[in-house]
Amino acid sequence: MSAPLLQAKALTRRYALPRTSLFKPAPDLVAVNSASFSLHRGETLGVVGESGSGKSTLARMVMAFEAPDEGHILFEGQDLNAVSSQELRRLRRRFQMVFQDPFGSLDPRRSIGWSIAEPLRAMGEDSKARVDEALEQVGLTASVAGRYPHEFSGGQRQRVAIARAIVTRPALLVADEAVSALDVSVQAQILNLLLDLQDELGLGILFISHDMAVVASICDTLLVMQHGHTLEAGPAHEVLNAPTHEYTRSLLKAAKA
Amino acid sequence: MTRKLPSNLLIGAVLVALVVAVALLSLVWTPHDFAQMNIRGKFAAPGAEHWLGTDQLGRDVVSQLMAAARNSMAVAFIAVLLGGSIGVALGLTASAVGGVFEEGIMRLADLGFAFPALLFAIMLAAVFGPSLSNAVLAIAFINIPIFARVTRASANQIWMREYVAAARAAGLGRFAISRDHVLPNIAAPIIVQATIEFAVAILAEAALSYLGLGAQPPAPSWGRMLSEAQTLIYLAPQLAIYPGLCIVTAVLGFGLLGDGLRDVTDPRLSRER
Repeated sequence: MSAPLLQAKALTRRYALPRTSLFKPAPDLVAVNSASFSLHRGETLGVVGESGSGKSTLARMVMAFEAPDEGHILFEGQDLNAVSSQELRRLRRRFQMVFQDPFGSLDPRRSIGWSIAEPLRAMGEDSKARVDEALEQVGLTASVAGRYPHEFSGGQRQRVAIARAIVTRPALLVADEAVSALDVSVQAQILNLLLDLQDELGLGILFISHDMAVVASICDTLLVMQHGHTLEAGPAHEVLNAPTHEYTRSLLKAAKA
Repeated sequence: MTRKLPSNLLIGAVLVALVVAVALLSLVWTPHDFAQMNIRGKFAAPGAEHWLGTDQLGRDVVSQLMAAARNSMAVAFIAVLLGGSIGVALGLTASAVGGVFEEGIMRLADLGFAFPALLFAIMLAAVFGPSLSNAVLAIAFINIPIFARVTRASANQIWMREYVAAARAAGLGRFAISRDHVLPNIAAPIIVQATIEFAVAILAEAALSYLGLGAQPPAPSWGRMLSEAQTLIYLAPQLAIYPGLCIVTAVLGFGLLGDGLRDVTDPRLSRER
């Protein structure tokens, strides 16, 4: 088997809490405790857990928005926290993110064509043709590039956000609760779009969600988290059919209800 | 969508338009030369030749008021532009860099706030001598912390937005994000602040000139006209009333315009864009 696209080795991230006493050191909150996983091209890794389980912190570390306190993130074999900032910026075109809130992830003062072209401009290239192509890949027409975010519905905006994420032809897509803010019928459309793009571009997808039903429908491997701890990890069908942990069973029960 | 514009915006806009129009007109035309003295024709009553009469040196009052409007606008504009630019740049940088640097900038701004503005201007005049350019510098200086605070507070909100995170994911640096996303999205509160500070600057210029620390003779200024009229208040009270009315009109106009703009652009009042 080829080397993994993304590899997390014992990632730990702590946040300092406000001091409770002048004479004691500030207590820590361990948001992510020694999380490890690997993701190959064309695969989808699901991270599930309730809010506060550390899954968004995990996403922020994978995107190199913040550095882990311990452990390493290897993207295509390179440690994201060991490369220079120029090198990191150059690497960013290879891993992109789709955010939870389709109303907040697009600048209201910029046309969607401008927003989609942003990653290209950051790399010093600006290709109208590439923007049009990305719009068509997500099921929109190139003619909407001049419109502004408020003219679109939530599902359409999420398509725009996905178009921005794939415009640089990345190898990895991090989707943090990317369908949670959408109606159920729209959720299905966006999930199908992600799977289609995965087939087309060979994307590795890190899919973060609190919704077991959504994760079950698209993921190859699963990571179940609670309070920063990894409770369970393995191929999706094993975790879903034979959960070993009580918490996983309760999540599954909640999804079926 | 049509929404009724607030009345303070409309009244403010009309007053500001009036003052600016008069100031611009004075560049190309005034009824008389504002500095032309005519001792024999002093204290002339309003009439066809001198619409608002003449002062103690026989100078045409309307011409002086018009030329003073121009000076007042120029001082306020340059001072707010200068102080505002520096303040906005500092606020944006503080917000983008964060940490100790941000704390340092904001504590310096607190220090700036602690200085009484007029006292600072008097100090500047005492050190460098009274002049219009020193008045501009003093007014600009007091604007720096005001704009730094407004900018930093607004910018910090924008930095929390997901589109900023998306820009980081796209590979943009802090400077590029400040330029492309933060500044355009905080333009409204900055413009509102600038309009209000414009009113404050007009008042400050008048006050400094009144104290003899601003415009030097023969440059006309509403504040200086006031102070010259003070000694003649029983003999010719109208000479104090005219510049006073001009100051009130200009300050009220910019103040109302700023308030009206804030009402229109306040996110709590406006719908989702």
